[in-house]
Amino acid sequence: MKKMFLAIAFMLLLIVPSTILYASAQSSQSYTITGAGSTFIFPLMDTWRVQYNNLHPNIKLNYQSIGSGAGIKLLTQKTVDFGASDAPLAPSEQAAAPGTVTIADSIGGITISYNLPGIDKGMKLTGPVIAQIFMGKITMWNDPAITNLNPGMNLPAQKILIAHRADGSGTTYAFTDYLSNVSPDWKATVGQGKTVPWPVGTGAQGNAGVAGIVKSTTYAVGYVELAYAYQNNMTYAFVQNADGNVFVEPTIASVAADAAAGGTSLPAPDGDWSKVSIVNEPGSNSYPISTLTYIMVYKDLSQISGETQDKTQEVKNFLNWIIHDGQQYASPLLYVPLPDAIVKANEKAISEIQFGGSAVPEFGPVTALVLAAAIVSIIAFSAKTGLRIAPKI
Amino acid sequence: METVKLKGGSPVYDKVFKIASAIAATYILAIIVLIVFQLSSGSYLIWAHEGISFLTGSDWNAVEGSESYGAAPYITGTFVTAGLAMIIGVPISIGIAMFLSELAPKFLRSALSFVIELLAAVPSVIYGLWGMFVFRDYLRDWIETPLNNAFGNNVWFFSGTPFGLDIFTASVVLAIMIIPTIASISREIMIAVPNSQREAAYMLGATKWEVFKMAVIPYSKSGLVGASILGLGRAVGETMAVTMLIGNATGPQAFPTSLFGPGQTMSSIIANEFAEASQGSLHMAALIGVGLILFIVAIAINIVAQLLVSRVIKAHQGAVLA
Repeated sequence: MKKMFLAIAFMLLLIVPSTILYASAQSSQSYTITGAGSTFIFPLMDTWRVQYNNLHPNIKLNYQSIGSGAGIKLLTQKTVDFGASDAPLAPSEQAAAPGTVTIADSIGGITISYNLPGIDKGMKLTGPVIAQIFMGKITMWNDPAITNLNPGMNLPAQKILIAHRADGSGTTYAFTDYLSNVSPDWKATVGQGKTVPWPVGTGAQGNAGVAGIVKSTTYAVGYVELAYAYQNNMTYAFVQNADGNVFVEPTIASVAADAAAGGTSLPAPDGDWSKVSIVNEPGSNSYPISTLTYIMVYKDLSQISGETQDKTQEVKNFLNWIIHDGQQYASPLLYVPLPDAIVKANEKAISEIQFGGSAVPEFGPVTALVLAAAIVSIIAFSAKTGLRIAPKI
Repeated sequence: METVKLKGGSPVYDKVFKIASAIAATYILAIIVLIVFQLSSGSYLIWAHEGISFLTGSDWNAVEGSESYGAAPYITGTFVTAGLAMIIGVPISIGIAMFLSELAPKFLRSALSFVIELLAAVPSVIYGLWGMFVFRDYLRDWIETPLNNAFGNNVWFFSGTPFGLDIFTASVVLAIMIIPTIASISREIMIAVPNSQREAAYMLGATKWEVFKMAVIPYSKSGLVGASILGLGRAVGETMAVTMLIGNATGPQAFPTSLFGPGQTMSSIIANEFAEASQGSLHMAALIGVGLILFIVAIAINIVAQLLVSRVIKAHQGAVLA
């Protein structure tokens, strides 16, 4: 019997140091940051994933582009480090995920793209006219409301075919935000949301779907995110700015100008962002239909299972990187880089993230050594005194 | 005859086997119960909020503050598209099956059957993409626009503005999708008709058509109904291709008032809006409620099919006995 105990003790002596070695290797090992949500941000997020991994080979990003709503759901269930959404958290969603901070990670612009034979980009439209077109109140391309804005443009006497998003979408959220802002009529009858009751038109899946319909259907018009409009060589309207003096072409610069004007009055990082809107901001070169996209993170990351002090730091490092250095990858992908005012607000938000609550001691090398010593001494002691854990055979 | 000698048999094995198979069978039941439970509890909010008007109403407004939901347009849309697909698809399928089992030369039979089964295995998203990027333009320019120009002002179901993404396109592509399923099963059923039946009919001097009418159809009737119902099941539940082609209108304008207007089915509205509906909201409950209706409709179709098939079988047995 004694021999057996000694053997076990010896084995433990061999095992424990290797465990310690393994544990200490773990602490400097790689982390996987998980996120889920917006499909709109996915191309940029994927670039960030690759670039950040090049800089920090031990950090991997696992981002699932499953839609903003589903991303918020996972955030609420605390199974991801961050959720990404094209729309800020609604009050009901804030209640379901208390203690989150909101970080704006990018900016998108939305074009009014049309397909009219012989007419190039640059049809001039005002907000109320766009609202009336999408409400089905202006039905013909040669309606006086349009021709008066575009003297000299030979608009056809054809019905306007409207294409809109069928799936719930941040693009719709931003577009209806703009229309509600400029047209009381729209606000009263349709309203603002990721899914709205469209009075007229045909629905398609995704920005690509709407772009596809407009491209393939003459006399069609739809709202398409800037990057898709550029990539598909679409013709799009110049939209009157908030000051009412210029019809602004949608470009990265003009959307950025609008966001810079709108980014000066953001709420507190953990405040109510549901009313945040950067549409129709002042400035002669501000393209009015633009929107922020967001990342939501719990202020206290210790609620997420598998989170540690070290990993929290890595999440913060990553978020800091995307709002600073990461922004250089935005323009080539036709996303709009963040203006300084928004970066400042983001910095504050990230600084509030912590690994709070009761600090859990880590299973570090010292703890392991103490534990191993205790086990070995107990075994040695019991072997010596004849105490038996197992019944005597 | 060879005899088989069992070695080491024991009643325990029998018991284990019994329990194992009982568990396997319970699993099906458990899944159904779980589905019903999940759909009911998930949609409870909407029934409490809308009551019966969720079935009859046509509003669909997810804007926070003015929420109101009614599934009637989507229920109608599902039945209209599936019905149209059946009207187009079933005669063609039976025709294909007839040709393959009765008329086709031998070398064509196996080749064509193989191709049809291949078509049945094409994923629906492929049909959807093809419908959207290729077929839609032909339908719109060659069928919809001429019909609309000729009858648009007088006949209500040809009115509207032909767009190519509408109830008509969705139904035609659905028909194309269910044809392989119905045709290949119908062919199997017709081949299974005993040759003695055909020979007897031929002996009476029947033509090919008469043989088909007198010998093949009575024998295979129930099977053909069953095959069509399988096709109907696919048409009702089909999501991806329909979502891509039907135009996805919501609210009152999703009511199928014209063949050339956009519509929406139960499965397509779920596919469209589920991902972005916020958790625990009325919108989410409404979509799950639509799922519950779809589930009940699917069960109803199956029950009706069972009844139909059993009635046909009974009538058929009666005829044989008489």
